[in-house]
Amino acid sequence: MTQIIPLSWYLAVSMLLFSMGALGVLIRRNPLIIFMSIELMLNAANLAFVAFARSFGVPTGQIFVFFVMTVSAAEVAVGLALIIIIFRNKHSIDVDLMNSLKG
Amino acid sequence: MGSSGLFSLVPLIVFLPVAGLLINMIFGGRLSEKTIGAIASAATGLAFVIAVLLGVALWTGSGETVVVPFADWIHIGDLNVAWNFRVDTLSVLMMLVVSGVGTLIHIYAIGYMHEDVRFKHDIPRYRRFFVFMNLFIAMMMILVSGDSYLMLFVGWEGVGLCSFLLIGFWYDMDTLGRPSFANSNAAKKAFITNRIGDFGFLIAGFTMFWWFKSLNFGDVFSMATTIPAGVILFITIFLLVGVAGKSAQIPLFVWLPDAMAGPTPVSALIHAATMVTAGVYLVARSAPLYTLAPQAQTTVALVGGITALFAATIAVGQYDIKKVLAYSTISQLGFMVAAVGMGAFVAGMFHLVTHAFFKALLFLSAGSVILGMERGHHHLAHQEGHGSPESADREHRQQELSDSGHLEEVFDPGDMRNMGGLRKQMPVTFWLYLIGALALAGIFPLAGFWSKDEILADAFQKFPAVYWLLTIAAFLTAFYMGRQVWMVFFGKPRHAVAEKAEESPKVITVPLMVLAALAILGGALNLPGIHTLTSWLEHTIAGVEAGEFNFLVAGLSTGLALLAIFLSWLLYERQPLAEGQKDPLKKLLGPVFTVFERKYWVDEFYWAVFVNRYVDIARFLANVIDGRFWHDFVHEKVIAGTYNWLSRTVLDLGVDRHFIDAIANGLGELTKRISTSLRRLQNGFVRSYALAVLLGVVVIVGYLLLK
Repeated sequence: MTQIIPLSWYLAVSMLLFSMGALGVLIRRNPLIIFMSIELMLNAANLAFVAFARSFGVPTGQIFVFFVMTVSAAEVAVGLALIIIIFRNKHSIDVDLMNSLKG
Repeated sequence: MGSSGLFSLVPLIVFLPVAGLLINMIFGGRLSEKTIGAIASAATGLAFVIAVLLGVALWTGSGETVVVPFADWIHIGDLNVAWNFRVDTLSVLMMLVVSGVGTLIHIYAIGYMHEDVRFKHDIPRYRRFFVFMNLFIAMMMILVSGDSYLMLFVGWEGVGLCSFLLIGFWYDMDTLGRPSFANSNAAKKAFITNRIGDFGFLIAGFTMFWWFKSLNFGDVFSMATTIPAGVILFITIFLLVGVAGKSAQIPLFVWLPDAMAGPTPVSALIHAATMVTAGVYLVARSAPLYTLAPQAQTTVALVGGITALFAATIAVGQYDIKKVLAYSTISQLGFMVAAVGMGAFVAGMFHLVTHAFFKALLFLSAGSVILGMERGHHHLAHQEGHGSPESADREHRQQELSDSGHLEEVFDPGDMRNMGGLRKQMPVTFWLYLIGALALAGIFPLAGFWSKDEILADAFQKFPAVYWLLTIAAFLTAFYMGRQVWMVFFGKPRHAVAEKAEESPKVITVPLMVLAALAILGGALNLPGIHTLTSWLEHTIAGVEAGEFNFLVAGLSTGLALLAIFLSWLLYERQPLAEGQKDPLKKLLGPVFTVFERKYWVDEFYWAVFVNRYVDIARFLANVIDGRFWHDFVHEKVIAGTYNWLSRTVLDLGVDRHFIDAIANGLGELTKRISTSLRRLQNGFVRSYALAVLLGVVVIVGYLLLK
């Protein structure tokens, strides 16, 4: 007997994940953690996409997830490269030290 | 009709000389001196041919006035001014004299200027001379052939301009060739004095236009009787002012003696034969007006008579060969003006014609004498023998420029005290001069006798006071001409130069021979009993009657002339003037002679009374009115001061700084303050930016959800 899990549960998980990710971005100073939090936020969005796609029987959302995953992979690659450069310059990767553009 | 076809040629008398001057002006630089002279002479000569044709047409036709329309000049509203030519016996007579004598003088000038430009060391000026001369002929033709007072005035001013240009021909030197403003001052004097006369002419012209609504001779003369006599008197008196300026009458005669600064052909053509007679022509032309104003006629006659005597006395005391002739010209013009003033228009015109012949002859012969002296001076100065005369000239000039003053005493080739005995060196010139002098003195049967006698006979009848003035003037005329001939041609040379003097070439003497023939035969124009000129002119001037030949008058004047010549012989030939000796007349007359010699101090008087006062007024106007009041006060204080105050206080401080600058600076300040407070937001912490983004999203999403 298959019981269908309602859409709202998926969305609740997605919201939970997104909030955790956002909180991580805001409060952590280690850029690696921040990246991971960003991944959480992206995957929360992915989960919402897939849930909606399944619920409405439309594949567009699922296809979109592939794009998001591709973009997030690229973003992580660029981000890690930046972190290496920053570390070479400042011997630290604390994001609060990267404030030379302040007004 | 054949003769009416001839009348349509009349514009050529103006345009032939204009063509001549244009050719010489544009192409003259590439032409030789002879070609330039030939073109100028041919232009004038052809104008003479046209004048002769016109004369023939009038002679064979009815002789009545023909007006040839030529061009519309001014056309404004009711005002119509046309340039029409008036061909009548009077204008053709003037054309013949102007172009005939003019042609001879042009030919003479070919030779004269050839030497003059070399003695004055400026050969390129040769061409300019002939351009000016042709311009003069053209202007004189406009003057005599115009059909209205306006066209006459155009020519009147034109000849005045040419006179100015030619008196100041050697504008950068004095009559002796030294660097100076003397010649240009003489030119200015002539021009300005003539302006005073022209002012009178203009007043007359405006008045005439006000009353007649036209300046055409025909209109004016036909309406003259309908105009109040006072107006006619006013017009004629102011015309007289113009006449006094142009024809060198008292009180405006002072320019003519100074005009001798021009080259001698100019003195002959402009200041003896033609231009100065324009005043006489004007009075004769205005005969219908003058006959309506007897008081004006009296005034004109008196002015002429007094001028004749006054100038004759001055001529007695002059030493410069041309100055004597200049005062003689003033005196003879006085005769003519007196004649036309008395209403003896024919006599005046007759004397004008004969005077043109013999005075041109005298002036040109005097020019020949001066050239002869120049040649003598040249030989003397270069006796040591340089190379070619041209290079010698240049050296001479350079020497003169480098140490002017130390080069011998400056020699005046026109001073009669330097002459003497020239009869032997210059025989041809001597005989020609003698003919001219006898004609001027009024010796039977030369031209001057007949014309002067006609004036005297008319004066005897009409105006005894003027008759006596003129008779004494005629006596003095014979005396000063006798004095001149004895001083110049007889006795012994009083200067080394006079011994070396040389006769002039044929190009100079041949035109003189023609003039001499005319001076001998000119009387035939109006012989008593035949009256050719009278019947010729009565077509134009109404109511001329042939004068009676008066044996008493003629006998008296001839007797006086012979007496005067005898007296001059006593004084100047029986004991010829020696070198450095005083004029024998000076011993005889003492201070009176000094008065003559110094020309009654008229120039000094004019300087003191008019010129210096004028300069004072000008100086007052320049220094006080213009300088201190207008410039220092009005401009500097009032205008510039107000402007400065306005710009500095009102515009600069008030408007610019406190208003426009305030807006601009305020905007800048505002931007600065806003940005100062906003910069705090840009704190450089990535996470605070992220928080801002999150909050933004929350706000937007909240708005979207709750709206």
